[in-house]
Amino acid sequence: MNVVVMGSGRVGARVATILDQHGHRVCVVDTNPDSFRRLGDSFGGDTLIGTGIDEDVLRRAGIEDADVFIAVTNGDNRNIMAAQVARTVFEIGHVILRIYDPVREDTYRRLGLHTVCPTTTISAMIIDQINDFLPAYEEI
Amino acid sequence: MYIIVVGGGKVGYYLTKTLLVEGHEVLLIERDRQKVEVFSERLGSVVLAGDGAEASTLSAAGAQRADVVIAVTGEDEDNLVVCQMSKVKFHVPRAIARVNNPRNELLFQRLGIDVTVSQTEHILKLIEQKIPEKSFVHLLNLRHDELTIVEAHVSGDSKVANKRVSEVEFPVHCVIAAIIRGPDPVMALPSTEILPGDELIIVTHAAEEEMLQAMLSQ
Repeated sequence: MNVVVMGSGRVGARVATILDQHGHRVCVVDTNPDSFRRLGDSFGGDTLIGTGIDEDVLRRAGIEDADVFIAVTNGDNRNIMAAQVARTVFEIGHVILRIYDPVREDTYRRLGLHTVCPTTTISAMIIDQINDFLPAYEEI
Repeated sequence: MYIIVVGGGKVGYYLTKTLLVEGHEVLLIERDRQKVEVFSERLGSVVLAGDGAEASTLSAAGAQRADVVIAVTGEDEDNLVVCQMSKVKFHVPRAIARVNNPRNELLFQRLGIDVTVSQTEHILKLIEQKIPEKSFVHLLNLRHDELTIVEAHVSGDSKVANKRVSEVEFPVHCVIAAIIRGPDPVMALPSTEILPGDELIIVTHAAEEEMLQAMLSQ
């Protein structure tokens, strides 16, 4: 499978590393070349300096042959725009993006994008854990 | 009309000022609180501090009853999301986005933005108009780009020179709106003779612009 990952932060680099270990062809795009060190020495994929909201950058990253596009930069709006470029211009079937803002996440999920919202997910996990060690919590 | 402007850069500030003078109800949304203070002093209480891409800010701004939202920040991704959130979540009838990278104009239109404004493109066109040796200049798009206004310079060896307007076979949907002769505009009547040195101002279907250019450049 060919994958383009936009954003080489902790999440982007980790996803890219795991997919690379599983034998997929991965290209990671980030505006900051320093961020590629997170990929580690054993990373066998490609890296590209640039922003994923630019069609030319995506093209150079190999988006035209990509099966999956993942947008996980720190900027919600950048992820949203890049995801829509990938879907609308390059017609990538599997586009996954991170949106921190729950309201924006809800809006774009309804528009058919595959969104992940760490804010709601992590909050729910924390509440679950509290419920686990404080069974009386729910009754208060 | 109630107009919400997002982004308090130079464009947003002067836009807000002009729209207020024109008598519209305007609200300017800006993230930077220091700017909000300065703008509030100058413009009055028409400035709201917040992130225009966030639903809570748009809701506080009364986006539900806005007629137009105009996103003019320096970042295309922010302008896109402000416009999409306004349309999808608050059903704002008209969303206008400033496009910093001219190549995003088409994309934004495909993604549902009603109107895009590209400063770069405008400046490029203005510069083109000022280059004297260009004989055929695209001036303006009208009505969703279906019609355009062009300006053509008539040289001495042009095949339309020294002919009457009625004698020239222009493409079907071309209308000469005016002839600029020296400092003056001249009406283009069928009997008017086109002289070398004239500038023809022509309204044409966009589809016929190339044909017209080929014809007038010969």
